[in-house]
Order: sequence, then C-alpha cells, then structure tokens
Amino acid sequence: MKDTDIRRLLYAHLLCIFSVILSTFIPSLFLEDFSVLETHLTWLCICSVSVTAVNLVFYLVVKPNPPSRRSSLSHKVGRFLKCCIYFLMSCFCFHVIFVLYGAPLIELALETFLFAVILSTFTTVPCLCLLGPNIKAWLRVFSRNGVTSIWENSLQITTISSFVGSWLGAFPIPLDWERPWQVWPISCTLGATFGYVAGLAVSPLWIYWNRKQLTYKNN
Amino acid sequence: MRLGAGTFAACCVAIEVLGVAIFLRGFFPAPVRSSSTTEHRAESPAPEPSAGASSNWTKLPPPLFGKVVIMLIDALRDDFVFGSKGVKFMPYVTYLVERGASHSFVAEAKPPTVTMPRIKALMTGSIPGFVDVIRNLNSPVLLEDNVLRQAKAAGKRVIFYGDETWVKLFPKHFVEYDGTTSFFVSDYTEVDNNVTRHLEKVLKREDWDLLILHYLGLDHIGHLSGPNSPLIGQKLSEMDGVLMKIHMALLSKEKEALLPSLLVLCGDHGMSETGSHGASSTEEVNTALVLISSAFERKPVGDRRHPKRVQQTDLAATLAIGLGLPIPRNNVGRLLFPVVEGKPVREQLRFLHLNTVQLSKLLQGNVPLYEKDPGFEQFKMSERLHGNWIKRYLEENSSEVLLNLGSKVLRQYLDALQTLSLSLSRQVVQYDMYSMAVGATLVLEVLALLLLSIPKALSPAAELDVPLSSPLFSLLFYLTILVLSAIHVVVCTSTESTCYFCSMPWLAAGGAMLLMSALLCAIVSALTKTVVSAKRVGKNPAPPSVRWSELDLLILLGTMGHILSLGASSFIEEEHQTWYFLVSTLCLALCQEVCRNHFLGSDGDPQCGLREEPGPEGAMLTMQDGAEGCAALEEDRTRAAASAFERLGSMEQRMVLASPWAVLCCCRLLRALNQTGVQGAHRPDLGHWLTSSDHKAALSVLAALSLLAVFLLVQRRCSPMSKVALALGLLGVYCYRAAIGNVMSPWQRGNNDISKGIVEARFVYVFVFGILFTGTKDLLRSQVAAIAIKARTVGLWEIYSGLVLLAALLLRPHNLPVLVSSLLVQTLMAKFVWKPLNHGVAEVTVMHYWFGQAFFYFQGNSNNIATVDVSAGFVGLERYVEVPAVFLTAFATYVGPVLWASHLVNYLSSESSSHSALRHACFCYALICSIPVSAYIILVTSLRYHLFIWSVFSPKLLYEGMHLFVTAAICVFFTAMDQTRLTKP
Ligand SMILES: [Zn+2]
Ligand SMILES: [Zn+2]
Repeated sequence: MKDTDIRRLLYAHLLCIFSVILSTFIPSLFLEDFSVLETHLTWLCICSVSVTAVNLVFYLVVKPNPPSRRSSLSHKVGRFLKCCIYFLMSCFCFHVIFVLYGAPLIELALETFLFAVILSTFTTVPCLCLLGPNIKAWLRVFSRNGVTSIWENSLQITTISSFVGSWLGAFPIPLDWERPWQVWPISCTLGATFGYVAGLAVSPLWIYWNRKQLTYKNN
Repeated sequence: MRLGAGTFAACCVAIEVLGVAIFLRGFFPAPVRSSSTTEHRAESPAPEPSAGASSNWTKLPPPLFGKVVIMLIDALRDDFVFGSKGVKFMPYVTYLVERGASHSFVAEAKPPTVTMPRIKALMTGSIPGFVDVIRNLNSPVLLEDNVLRQAKAAGKRVIFYGDETWVKLFPKHFVEYDGTTSFFVSDYTEVDNNVTRHLEKVLKREDWDLLILHYLGLDHIGHLSGPNSPLIGQKLSEMDGVLMKIHMALLSKEKEALLPSLLVLCGDHGMSETGSHGASSTEEVNTALVLISSAFERKPVGDRRHPKRVQQTDLAATLAIGLGLPIPRNNVGRLLFPVVEGKPVREQLRFLHLNTVQLSKLLQGNVPLYEKDPGFEQFKMSERLHGNWIKRYLEENSSEVLLNLGSKVLRQYLDALQTLSLSLSRQVVQYDMYSMAVGATLVLEVLALLLLSIPKALSPAAELDVPLSSPLFSLLFYLTILVLSAIHVVVCTSTESTCYFCSMPWLAAGGAMLLMSALLCAIVSALTKTVVSAKRVGKNPAPPSVRWSELDLLILLGTMGHILSLGASSFIEEEHQTWYFLVSTLCLALCQEVCRNHFLGSDGDPQCGLREEPGPEGAMLTMQDGAEGCAALEEDRTRAAASAFERLGSMEQRMVLASPWAVLCCCRLLRALNQTGVQGAHRPDLGHWLTSSDHKAALSVLAALSLLAVFLLVQRRCSPMSKVALALGLLGVYCYRAAIGNVMSPWQRGNNDISKGIVEARFVYVFVFGILFTGTKDLLRSQVAAIAIKARTVGLWEIYSGLVLLAALLLRPHNLPVLVSSLLVQTLMAKFVWKPLNHGVAEVTVMHYWFGQAFFYFQGNSNNIATVDVSAGFVGLERYVEVPAVFLTAFATYVGPVLWASHLVNYLSSESSSHSALRHACFCYALICSIPVSAYIILVTSLRYHLFIWSVFSPKLLYEGMHLFVTAAICVFFTAMDQTRLTKP
C-alpha cells in the first residue's frame, strides 16, 4: 500500500464533501427562497444528484479497481441497468425499513421516500461504483475482516457512519423543542448527511493513522 | 458465605426494593397537616380582635345561606361553561353568568387531576399529596377535618346523590344518599339519570340544608370519545336543564325562608384534548366554578368580564363561612371574597380574620420559622389594624373615616391571605431529604455490588462468596454503624420537620443502617479483590482483548442511551419511542447477523487479513478469570453458529432469514394498535377504532381469532389435561367479555343487559389456578421422579400457559392481539433466531428484557398514571377488595415484562445445556433492571425542582418502583427454579 493511494482517496473524499457543501449553497443563487430546511425536498434531490454525479465521475476517471477483462458494450449496458435496479431496490428497501421503524405509512410518503433516496445515495451508490452489482462482495466488505483494499475500507467507514448518522438523527424527534428541523425526516436526513461527511473526512485520516497495522490480502 | 449468582441477585433486588421504598416515602412528601393532635376537639373560634376595647362577638358568625346545593359535574372544563360550547349548549348558565346574581371563577385544580383527590381538595381545602393517586384505587374514609364533618357536627342535614366515591369518603355523613358506581365507563346516561330522578322529590322537601349532586356522565363521555364529541353538547344541555330546575326550585323556596340559598356549579377537574385526565395540562387543570345566589348583586346588562382565576381549594373555606361552620383545619385556600362583599364591613373583616387565623395556625404547625414568613407578618399587622378599627367602631358610630380605614384593613387582610395561602401551598413540595438519601444510598450500594460482582457471577461456576466475617471488615462494619447512628441522632434531633426515616421505629431504622454498613463492607472487599486480580493480570504480558460483536455493542449502547434519555422529560413522556426504536434496531442487527451466517457461513471463515486492532477494552468480560480464551471463544461461537446454520434444512434456513423481518412487521403493526405517550396520544389508532361501539363486530371477530391463536401457540407443549383446561379457560374469557358487553355473544342476541360477568370470570380463574397447580405439581414431581427433565420442562411451560390465560382474561379485548404477537414473537425468536444462532445467555436475557419493555408500551401503557387500566382489578370481583385488585391491576399492567421473563425461564431450561444458565440469566436480569432504577433515582433527586417534576418525573418514578418490585418477584421465581434444578442429581 502506497501513500499515493491514500492521497488519491483523500482528494476524492474532499471532492465529495465539496459537492455536498456546494449543493447547499449553489442552488440559492438560481432558485428563489431556497434553504435547506424550508425547501428540504428540493435540497434532498439536488444533494442526491450531485453526490451521485461526483461518485460516477470519480469512478469513470480514477477507476479504483479496474475490471480484469475487457467487456463488451452490451455487457456494460447490462451492468449499468443492473446497477440502476439495485439502486431503486435499495431505495424501496430503505423506505420499507423506515416504515417498519415507525415512519407514517401513507402521509409524508414522499418525504420518507426521498430520505430513502438520499441514504441510498450515500451508501448504495458508492458500493455500486466500487463493487458493482455483486451482493456477495458487499457482504464480504461489510462483514468483519473482509476488506481487501483501502477503498473498500473507506467505503465501509462512510457507509456505516451514514447509517449511524441517520440512526442518531431520529433521536431529537420526540423532544418538545418545536424546532423546524425536528420534523420528520429532516433530522434524519441531516443526520445521514453529517454522518456521511464525517465518514468521508475521517476515513483517510484513520487509514493513514493505521497504515502500519493494515495489511490487505491483495496488496 | 458462598451464594449462587441467582440467589445473590435476588437478594440484591430485594434490598433495592427496600431502598426504593424508603426513597419514595421521602420523595412524596406528606401533605400539609395541622399539628394539633386532638383531632375531634371542637376548638372555640378565634374571637374578634379588639385593641383594648371589649368586643362581645366571640361566637362564630351566623350562616350566610340557608340551603346550599353543590352541583358537581365531573370533568367540567372551564370552556364548557365560559367558552363557545357553554354559550351554545348551556344558555341558562350563560344567562346567569352574564346577567344573573352570580359570581363565576375559573378554579384551578392541582395535579393529580383525578376525581378522589379533587373531591378531598374541595371538601378539606387542602392539597392532597401525590400519593393519594395510588390511594384513589381504594378510597379510604377521609379522616381529615372537612366541611361535611363540620356540617354534620353542627347538625346540618346533608343529602348526596352521585359518584359512590363520596359515600366511601364520607360514610355516615349523609342523612340520605344514593351512590352510583362509575364501574362502567361506557355508560353515560344511566349514571346521570340515577342522580336526576331524585331531584323532583328532594327539591320539594324542607328537611335538608346541604344537597350534593355529582354527575359522572360528562367524564364518561370524555373517556369514551373526547371533548369534541357531539355527545358533549347533549350532555351539557341536559346539565343546563338540571341546573335551571334546581335554581327555579330554590328561588321559589326562598320566598318563605329567612336566608337566601346558594347554588354552586363546579367541576372536579378538566378534560384533556384526548378526553382523559390526571396530568397537569391547562385543559385538565382549569375547571368552571359558578356561585349563584340571590344574595349577590345582579350584574349590569352587557357586562362580560372574564372570570377570575382562583384555586379549587378556595371553595372549602367559602362553603364553611357560608354555612356558618368553622373552617376545616388543614385548609390552605382563602375565602372567595366576592361572596361576602355585600355584607357590612365588620362582618367582612370578621370572616377574613377567621380565615387568616386558621391559615396562620396551619403555618405555625408546618414551618419552624413561621415568624419570619412574610404572610405571618402581614397577618399580625392586619390583626392589629383590625383591632384598632374595632375599637374605633365601638367608640363612635359609622363615619367616612371608619369606612376608609375599613377598606384599608380589608386590603391588608386579602394580601395576608394570599401570601399565607401561597406559602402553605408551596409547603407541599418539600422533600424529606434524609429518607431520600438513605434510600438512594441503599440502592446505589446494591448497584455497585452487582457491578463489581459481574466477573465472578458470569463465570462458569456462577458462584460468588460474600465476605462478611473477616476481622478487618468487622472493624469497618462497626465504625460505619457508629457513624451512621451518630448521623441519625444528629439529623433526627436537630430538624423540626417531620422526617419519615426518623419516625420509623428504632429497630427498623437500625436494621436499615446495619444493611447499609454491611453492603459497604461487601463493596470494599469486592473492590480490593478486583484491584488485586487486575494487578495480577496487569503483570501478565498479554492483556486479553475482546472484540465485541455488533449485537453486544448495540445492547451496551442501547442500555446507556436509554439511561441518558431518562434525563429529558420529553423522552420520559415518549419512552415507548425509545423502546420501539431499540427493538427495531435489534431486529435489524439480528437480520444482519443471520444474513452474514447464511451467505458467508458456507465460504468458511474469512481470513483474518486485518490484524487485530486494540478493540474497546471489554470491561464486562476481560475481567473474567479465564478471559484469555475469550476472543477465541467468540470466534468459536461464530463458527459454531455458522455450522449449526448449515445443518438446518433449506426451509428452516428461509424461516431463519425471514423471522427478524416478521418480528419487525409484528412490532410495526402493534405500534398502530395503541398510540401512547403525550404527543401521539390524540392520533387515531386501531384500538380506539375497535373499541368504538360501531365496530363491535370487528372487535368480536378479532378477539375470537386472537384467543384461538393463543390456544394454538401455547398448547403445543402442554400436557393433555392442561390443554383441555386452557381451551375451556379461553372460551370462558370470551364469555366474560361477551357478558360485560365488550364483544358480541353468539347466543343471546339483542339482549344487551350488562352484567359484571362475575360467574364467567371466576370460571376462568378456576382454570388458571388449575393449570398453575398442575405446573407446580409437575415441577415438584421432577424433583423425585426419574424423568426429571421432561416433567420439569412441561411444568414450567404449564406455569407459563397459566399466566398467559390470566393475561388473556385481564387484557382488554382490543389488546388480545398484543398477547398473540408476544407469543408469536417469542416462538419465532426462540426457534429460528436464538437457537440456531447460538446466542449467549446474557444476550438472550437482555433481548427478553427489551422485548418485555416494548410490549409494556405496545399494550397502551405509558409513563402517565392515567393509562393504568384499573378495570382489570375488578375482574371477577363483586366489589373492591384491596389485595386481589392491586395484584390483578399490577399483573395486567406488567403483562409484557412478566410473560417475557417467564418465557426466558422456559427457553433457558429447555434449550440451554449449561447448568448455570438460569443463574446467569437471573443475574443479568437483575442487573439490567436495576441500572435504570438507580440512575433514575439520582436523576430525580437532582431534578427535584424541575417544572415537570410532578407531572412527568414522579409518575415515572412510581412506575420504576413498581417495575423493580415486579423484577424482584421474577428474580425470586428464577432462583426457585434454579434451586429445583440444583437438587437434581
Ligand atoms: Zn372526575
Ligand atoms: Zn374520569
């Protein structure tokens, strides 16, 4: 494992963080009375799109793990479609989980779904970019001692921190402070975003810190 | 002294219960009471003060009113009379309020806004302590001085019609009464007709002085369908008619009488937006109070003043003055001055003087430094002024100067009254810190002991010795006792205020101190042992490090998070959300574990590519003596789980994968059944839909299906005898619900006479006892017979099924699905999650505890006293009998935790191979229950001046105390089961 790898990782993550930050400021130049809290759904969409775009660009440019064999265009298209289906499935899956957690079933369904979308953006999209539509690989990465590269390691960290962030984001909801951000699902989406950003920021540092202890099977 | 971990834990919890009891006694202050010990001696009334001059007015002033009628409408919120509803539905009252000879007030009731304490407040003028809520279940005779007792002593004839609570509170006070029971909340016409039917006759008669009417219908409508129901309007119109009738009758009587009469319209408490009451929201606290009498001045037309805010307790003093009686001794209220405004100044001053003297006497009895109290100073000052005024009055005849001076004295008196009343009301919130400290110390010592003995208790032997005999500790022991008794003597002799722990007999107090010092010694010895062993381990080159599984981490974080959340009042109000959230997360964690085992188990263990990084120092397990192999042990467990997983058939594997999701779905459905807490309580839920009378058919079908499901889930491990008994018992449950009119009965159609269902309920009790008896017999037989294990398992299961049957009887019909899901979740988890995944005893125990807590809330409970289903205490009883009623209510409230705990016993004794599993489980259960209690006691002590201490934190404290008591019972049961196993060869 080289330091250059870590540096690339750091730059990539800084780009992602930058895209999240930009998505909160840039739209206010074009859209009237845009704010993260009041027009929350718009912000969710914009943030989701920009993070996805950055991830895709990053995947196409850097190619962290290049495919071993060249594949045909049709295979590529099939792969892409599969990725899309996986993404949609993960959105619905998250939606179902939120409802099981106690989100209202019928009212606020759009809000809940957009929360599912943003959480999928933070978790599923990087997985799809890095690992492709391969459930076994996902499970391997997310089980203990299963990571094989710093990319996967950072993926693990950001994904888990996004989940933990949205999990913690649910805590302020029952408090009676009557703040605008306590409305479902704003606190959770904010929690997920903070978790994601924190994960992005922490993972290169953590890997750099532990670079002596980390030895991967492949490297 | 060597003890099994289970026995040790049970003892600890028992001591903890004692500590919590002492703490509770100190925390809930005794209400303000008059210090005079001679309760029944009639004191001569305070004479009129007169500076030097001789006033001959030493007798009580004569009554102001001839006949008094009190019309108490249960849950009469202020806006039902003064708001738009009042204008619309109570035209006559509105007319009186706006134009008639009346005074109207908004009377503020102090929480707890429950009927019995409110009646006491109205009649004694004192503020009943919070503890009275619990006594509400049992309404003992009111021993305090009150208006009715004084009326009886003065030879007044009192007639009462309405809520039976009055008859219980004031037995033999009424010359005539007819109590209606508020047993059936669903009835809101019969209860009121029962009162009104007497009116015609009684209003014509002359042989009474005080008539009290308590109408329950409005409150029942509130409980049934809330304050916005159309039924409310109807009921208010009905009440308006009744009031008009009474008023007309009184007016016509007045012509031949000497004195005017008084009609009081009041409510005992308000009604929240959901229609219940008990807490301290504005809607529950504000009640209407209208005094109507021809003695009052008629108001000018078009004068719509806002009613003045007064205290509910003020009515007692006003009634006493109005009837010419002495003011009740413990009264903290003040005279409603507008009532006497029309009287001559001398009489007004006399009335105010009487009230002030009574309040200042009460202050003297309760406050050691009463002379420094501003109210008392004001009282002395106004008394002096009053004396001067009387002197002048007696010397010269009335003049302008006298009048001016008189109004000055009046104002002075009114100020003094207000200050006195305020400082007396504040007295109620004075904590008995010494008792609280003793209780808290006991609880904390026990907790520390439990925490220190974790490593020993969870070791395979599950035994630990409690050292009490070593000489060093005996020295420490005696020293501590000496210090404690010195403190005791100092505290108890120095303070004037009553302290519960001081008032305890010396032997009991000494016992408590003995216990405290013994516990201290045990802690010190355990601590030294731990330090010594830690040093020994520290010398070893390789300190063992443990990687915790995600589940362990979740359990630890969840427990800590729950404890932290107890500090915020909203989290206490919404505690159900915490548990639902934790249980959902638990299910997802299990899901992840299952998936990992399913998909990766076949690949073999992934290589340890990542070298072990120093994980969080496992405080819980590292201290174990044989902890070196812990990491390896954990690896073993995962591997064992994976291989056990592979052995399952494909169908079973699919079930394993699906069951966490099934549990999750189950929990989500149950959430929709009963909305609870404060924010969600008003939301529509399935429970309300089912209990409304329109959907009786649906409820009947649901209840029948649930009972069937209960039978199917429980019968599989019962002996044939108890199978039959269970089936008959469940049939009896349905019959009982049909008899009391909750569900439709398939046979007697159209015949909707409601009985109490005594016969049916007792029929079920017979089977409950039968099954429990068979179970116990099997357990005892397993001690001697050769087929020990099988008999034992069956016996345990029978006890469990007996409890299930009792729960089915006591739970309200719309809650039967909760019971079914609880059984279903238990079955699924035991069969497809805990067994195949090979979870450890501690994990399984904590999961049982979490599910038990979640089901406590699924059932519609909350941390508010008002949600306790008191009707469970009357099932199968003719009338209130204290012991069974309390037991049944407690069981019905804690069905969730009790059933889950008894399932834990069943699961461990049938599935676990380790002989110390039960002991470990008992220890873990005691620990996990006592951590929140101890934390909460500290929290409550530090938050004792919080704004919500009475409405939010205190009820939760009562719930925690009760929960600990239930836990103690469960731990004793565990230990008993463990003992039966020990004697087995
Ligand atoms: Zn009431
Ligand atoms: Zn009520």
